Amino acid sequence: MAEHIVMIIGKPVVLDCVREAERRIAGTSFMEYLPMGGSVKMVEETLKLAYGDNSQFIKDKRIAAVQSLSGTGACRLFADFQNRFCPASQIYIPVPTWSNHHNIWRDAQVPQKTYHYYHPETKGLDFKGLMDDVKNAPEGSFFLLHACAHNPTGVDPTEEQWREISQLFKAKKHFAFFDMAYQGFASGDPARDAKSIRIFLEDGHHIGISQSYAKNMGLYGQRVGCLSVLCEDEKQAVTVKSQLQQLARPMYSNPPLHGAQIVSTILGDPELKSLWLKEVKIMADRIIGMRTTLRDSLEKLGSPLSWEHIGMFCYSGLTPEQVDRLTSEYHIYMTRNGRISMAGVTTGNVGYLANAIHEVTKSS
Amino acid sequence: MDSVFSNVDRAPEDPILGVTVAYNNDPSPAKLNLGVGAYRTEEGKPLVLDVVRRAEQQLVNDPSRVKEYIPIAGLADFNKLSAKLILGADSPAIQESRVATIQCLSGTGSLRVGSEFLKKHYHQCVIFIPKPTWGNHPKVFNLAGLSVEYYRYYDPATRGLDFQGLLEDLGAAPSGAIVLLHACAHNPTGVDPTSEQWEQIRQLIRSKSLLPFFDSAYQGFASGSLDTDAHSVRTFVADGGECLIAQSYAKNMGLYGERVGALSIVCKSADVASKVESQVKLVVRPMYSSPPIHGASIVATILKSSDMYNDWTIELKGMADRIISMRQQLFEALQAKGTPGDWSHIIKQIGMFTFTGLNKEQVAFMTKEYHIYMTSDGRISMAGLSTKTVPHLVDAIHAAVTRVV
Repeated sequence: MAEHIVMIIGKPVVLDCVREAERRIAGTSFMEYLPMGGSVKMVEETLKLAYGDNSQFIKDKRIAAVQSLSGTGACRLFADFQNRFCPASQIYIPVPTWSNHHNIWRDAQVPQKTYHYYHPETKGLDFKGLMDDVKNAPEGSFFLLHACAHNPTGVDPTEEQWREISQLFKAKKHFAFFDMAYQGFASGDPARDAKSIRIFLEDGHHIGISQSYAKNMGLYGQRVGCLSVLCEDEKQAVTVKSQLQQLARPMYSNPPLHGAQIVSTILGDPELKSLWLKEVKIMADRIIGMRTTLRDSLEKLGSPLSWEHIGMFCYSGLTPEQVDRLTSEYHIYMTRNGRISMAGVTTGNVGYLANAIHEVTKSS
Repeated sequence: MDSVFSNVDRAPEDPILGVTVAYNNDPSPAKLNLGVGAYRTEEGKPLVLDVVRRAEQQLVNDPSRVKEYIPIAGLADFNKLSAKLILGADSPAIQESRVATIQCLSGTGSLRVGSEFLKKHYHQCVIFIPKPTWGNHPKVFNLAGLSVEYYRYYDPATRGLDFQGLLEDLGAAPSGAIVLLHACAHNPTGVDPTSEQWEQIRQLIRSKSLLPFFDSAYQGFASGSLDTDAHSVRTFVADGGECLIAQSYAKNMGLYGERVGALSIVCKSADVASKVESQVKLVVRPMYSSPPIHGASIVATILKSSDMYNDWTIELKGMADRIISMRQQLFEALQAKGTPGDWSHIIKQIGMFTFTGLNKEQVAFMTKEYHIYMTSDGRISMAGLSTKTVPHLVDAIHAAVTRVV
């Protein structure tokens, strides 16, 4: 069962730009092998999203980038690369995080440590705890950061906090690896959602990024994404890319074609790209609307709990027992850590959801 | 700021995929790509099967399709149909629910996922692989954490199977060791055991409790018959023993770039199969979460329609027949030219590749002087040849064997 789909009532949507891209592709593709590093065109367009349309790093060819099997595949390739070329290193992972992050670095045999992130009392960011952990980590440590829409809490640092984090990373010479699974989907504006990354780039960090089109293009099942690593220069980028390919070849030889074709078709055509940006904004706005409605409904019901922090996800603070009650008494399905994916909330069910949550938490 | 990866060295080009890179960079109009195993028509063009185009259209016109995540193990009907394809529709193993089948990324992905599963859950972590084998095999197994040993396979003197050597080496393998077997159309040699030899291999493997891991990348593509090409796998499964099977639809459905395949693990009981499947999913999830949907949807569409399935078998036979015809033409042309040597292995070997017996220097010569691209082990892809280009290849081979030793 996919984790992000919380409620069985909400269905994922196929975007119009995707339907149109598929119509154009059908019947035209020879289905030949992509290179090991994937579709060059798709990767080019994808880097522009993360690094900026006019990024000097792209112009200078300083980015080692390969098409990956969505975000999971990008993280795994990076973890395998880290294991092979920085064998003494470990990865710092926020608490909490998407559960599969732990599995990925474990299977890549990279030791893990955690850093403070979520503050259960405030249901917000434990900024002090985070900065302390960053400061206390040995110099040159590797950190996993969620670029936006932290999964599962929905809590992100503010822009000012990101700047402070970046400065401290610089002082400690840490390596920042960004998992960006929700670009465009979080605020409706891809550039805004990439702000954390842009801050780090401005500050001169050589970062790594995992990008996914699972949510923001609805291409869940196509498994299309991109892993990139910013290098010192073009020569190093070529080198690093060659080694990433060496890791991909014994895993799946070369990445799947269809999803990459959809992405290239959309991002390579100004009209389709513009349609995509509109559709992403509509999806994001809908979710933002639901966040507001859910919070207002709970406050109106007189919930004793605080619902200030509802992002892409609502880390409701529900206990596993309360979650079980929601399922058995109200037929509401969510992960037992109490995370509600706002994408599953609709105008049709938000009132029901608010009421149900209130019923199981009102004596908290 | 200094990069933490300054110590990283540039990796060499992949020997097989690197051939196409070099070919693409060659401006000569006479160039010939006999490197990668991708089918080409008489006109030298890639081929998309008609049934695949029809399946594509069906999918794109179906408005009820959504693009959500598919399960970790992939599309359920794809998995069932793939197991049936390799094991036979009437296979007792399937009827007894003893087969765990998981959609993977083509043959490579199936091998990798199967190997990682074995590394985690099987008591032996050595795998015996034939010498020679597909260049990517040792890398797949090494990265999964298995150690690789070789068993004798190809005899350069006869350009055929070193059957005694094979039996000796597998006979000396530790009990329980994993054994990689090419189900048919051995890559790169094209040399397969006869059915009598397969039977002896099966008995030896079972007597030593070795665990067979089949790589089935050419079912239907080798002989033109799906059942014939599955014969080796089916005799192993018929004896009630366990095995792993990596299936690929890259060649036999022409779905190369869509990365469609399946890993099947045939177990002693339904209970074991169910537990095995649950553990394989735990290997997949931290690798890529779930497999890509598109290619598997095409395969499932074709396999579940008896019309499309029949049409597929006809197109598949067409491809296999063309390759067999290319073997015949190349052999006859070398005879006609009087090229020194015995070239009968060209028509004795089976599948997409011919292991010519040419050495590295001869291959380099053919590339430099005749713009013919192949892997340095002398393997040529027959699928890349046509009636028009056979003469050019013959000239090149003739020149290489007479001028370069």
